[in-house]
Amino acid sequence: MISFSGVAKRYPGGQEALQAVSFQIEPGEFVFVAGHSGAGKSTLLKLIPAIERPSAGAVLVNGQNVGALKRAALPYLRRNLGLVFQDQKLLYDRSVYDNVMLPLAFGELGGREAARRARAALEKVGLSARDKANPIQLSGGEQQRLAIARAVANRPAILIADEPTANLDADSASAILGIFADFNRVGVTVLVATHDEALIGRFARRVLRLAAGRLAQ
Amino acid sequence: MRAWLRQHRQALAAALGKLAAQRSAAALNALVIGIALSLPAGGYALLASLRAAAAGAALEPQLSVFLRMEAKDGEVEALRAWLKGEARVREFRFIPREQALKELQATEGLAEVIAALKRNPLPDAFVVRPRTTGAAALEALARALRAQPAVAHVQADSAWAQRLAAIAGTARLAIALLALLLACGLVAITFNTIRLQILTLRAEIEISKLIGATDAFIRRPFFYLGALQGAAGGLLALGILWASLAVLNSGVAELAASYGSSFRLGFLEPGDALAVLLFSTALGWFGAYLSVSRYLLEIEPQ
Repeated sequence: MISFSGVAKRYPGGQEALQAVSFQIEPGEFVFVAGHSGAGKSTLLKLIPAIERPSAGAVLVNGQNVGALKRAALPYLRRNLGLVFQDQKLLYDRSVYDNVMLPLAFGELGGREAARRARAALEKVGLSARDKANPIQLSGGEQQRLAIARAVANRPAILIADEPTANLDADSASAILGIFADFNRVGVTVLVATHDEALIGRFARRVLRLAAGRLAQ
Repeated sequence: MRAWLRQHRQALAAALGKLAAQRSAAALNALVIGIALSLPAGGYALLASLRAAAAGAALEPQLSVFLRMEAKDGEVEALRAWLKGEARVREFRFIPREQALKELQATEGLAEVIAALKRNPLPDAFVVRPRTTGAAALEALARALRAQPAVAHVQADSAWAQRLAAIAGTARLAIALLALLLACGLVAITFNTIRLQILTLRAEIEISKLIGATDAFIRRPFFYLGALQGAAGGLLALGILWASLAVLNSGVAELAASYGSSFRLGFLEPGDALAVLLFSTALGWFGAYLSVSRYLLEIEPQ
């Protein structure tokens, strides 16, 4: 479960990115975070893996106050979250397969099990045949699918995506959202930030709408 | 435990991969470290060789007491009794003039000169080791010996050996200081190499942190990289030292042969060579540790 309670975020320059944001997301939910550019969507998502810390209020993930976590505890929090970014954040000096193996190298898994999970993740996003390719050789939609494969390789309970379809055409965007919906169907909590109202319209899910750092609904 | 070992294996492989990818820069770094380390290691090897060569020399002070040629047996016995009863004398031995001549004949280049002599020119002598080694006490004992009727001349033999020991001690200190300075240089080289690596891999580090890598996981390959660079430098230092000694020894052998000696500059003992290797590896690791501690904390996912 994800819970925001009176959360505010003020950046060092004084910019108020979020103000008094409160909501709850139950396990297995699929939630859109909508709003215009600069509404605070990215800041809201960054508070969950503690990339940013709240200036006020509490962010709870599975009952854990992530804003109060010590630096050493952050990797263990992040291993339980699948993170997907608009710019994918892939390693372009490694193969598709090695990118997916990256989060599996941190954990306790044996080499064989890690390889099995990586192949399963690539299979789920339809990139099995491109495992030896360099990410630079992939299309924008394929790169985003690779980012999803890396995010789900560790089988996280929560999948968080920040504008995952921003640079994609409508078909690719729908395909990416379809993959998220597939993971949601097997119990993964999905939180997707997007400014694409048409896409939100195609997937009838709960929407948290942000405007100027405040929750509109 | 198995996962921990696997992560170490992966970190070592990653470090070796980085070294292989930057062969030229890594080789130059190792060469700089090797040359820097070979200087104190060479100094140490040189001192060890000289120490071994001087091992036969008496470093403890001793007095050579030469007797008058015309000293009577009774006077010699009286001197022996005096030495036996003298508290300042730790031990002494008598060297008859015939034995002294034999020893002189055995000296390289002197056999023909001695054979040309019509009679033995050497006197009987006592070699005395005093209980106290201070200069004043030594001089007082020499004065007391000179006052004995059988004694013609008293000579303090160990002054040169004491000077040699003092020079060796100073050289050892100089080598230790040199080693300390060059060790700081090695740490600085590794620090900078790792700093550049961290900056180059900034994006990868950021992504790794973002998806759950611990600081230990991220640090590990850099530690291995520093240690490997130090070890490579240490190996090169040993190689440089070995090659330098081989070149020097051809000249040293010639010089020593002219003195009738088989003296050679020796390589480091296996234990010392291993110590050089471990020391350079540890310094490389330490340089990496300082660099990683300084720069890794600054990289946080955005």
